[in-house]
Amino acid sequence: MSEPVTTLPTPMRVEYAFTAGLAQSRYLQGIAEGKFIGQRCPKCHQVYVPPRGSCPTDGVATTDDVVLGNAGTVTTYCVVNVPFQGQSIEIPYICAQILLDGANIAFMGLIQEVPPDQVRMGMRVEAVWVDPSEWGPTMTSVKYFRPNGEPDAPYESFAKYL
Amino acid sequence: MAESDVLRAPHVLEYPYLRSLGPVLGAFFTGLRDGRILGARSADADGTPTVVVPPTEYDPATGRDVGELIEVGPGGVVTTWAWVSEPLEGQPLDRPFAWALVRPDGATTAMLHAVDAGSPEAMASGMRVVPRWRPAEARTGTLLDLACFVPEGAG
Repeated sequence: MSEPVTTLPTPMRVEYAFTAGLAQSRYLQGIAEGKFIGQRCPKCHQVYVPPRGSCPTDGVATTDDVVLGNAGTVTTYCVVNVPFQGQSIEIPYICAQILLDGANIAFMGLIQEVPPDQVRMGMRVEAVWVDPSEWGPTMTSVKYFRPNGEPDAPYESFAKYL
Repeated sequence: MAESDVLRAPHVLEYPYLRSLGPVLGAFFTGLRDGRILGARSADADGTPTVVVPPTEYDPATGRDVGELIEVGPGGVVTTWAWVSEPLEGQPLDRPFAWALVRPDGATTAMLHAVDAGSPEAMASGMRVVPRWRPAEARTGTLLDLACFVPEGAG
């Protein structure tokens, strides 16, 4: 007989049908048109992006769409040096929290076109999109963010979003 | 925005685990690949001899080490079962079948496997079943080397 069996593949797989909901569908349709759409709380006037359809502070529905800027500020970041299975980006790469202009919450984005040792809190960045012919309701429409050359934002301007 | 504009997409989450089997389950799966079902000699707390299938590295009742591995079956008895009228992707059979606990001859515990019985009317607790093996060249050391059980005499 052949060699003894020493290992067993035991893949775990779950298949979901993900429903984005009204707010995130609106956000993704904005992405398909090349813009970031957030939603404002009618009570505290904070703008959330991506919108979840309600304000986590006031518990009320967010109904007003707000088109946000294409640029934003790096509030904090990390440099990823660790390889892992399924990694699609060459390491090292920079994963940052980005506060889009007009938003009151940062979201996660990839930073490129800058060496990892030069990224910093307060750095001004802009979204780089794929060719408009490839825009769709998916975050792959946004390739990454890159420095846009503006002077760094002062710490006080984003301190409360850390 | 209308409800009909809500986006929907498939989302698949998968972890490609590869499990190290260790000496006992390694021997069990090596046995399946070679067309044999193995159990482990053990004993209840009162000393009554038992044979645990699939074998574990310790006795599930007493926690003691198990003894030698011995061949059991290949035939066995269905102790309980549940009918699957609409099999899911990845299940052992693509047509309706029974999940059953099968106690192989010579064993004192039962193992979970599929029984290809055609209809629930052909299933009963206490019925005898025999293995249907994959062709030897198609076996790779997984539970499905033993493709399923079939009612004894069903061919």
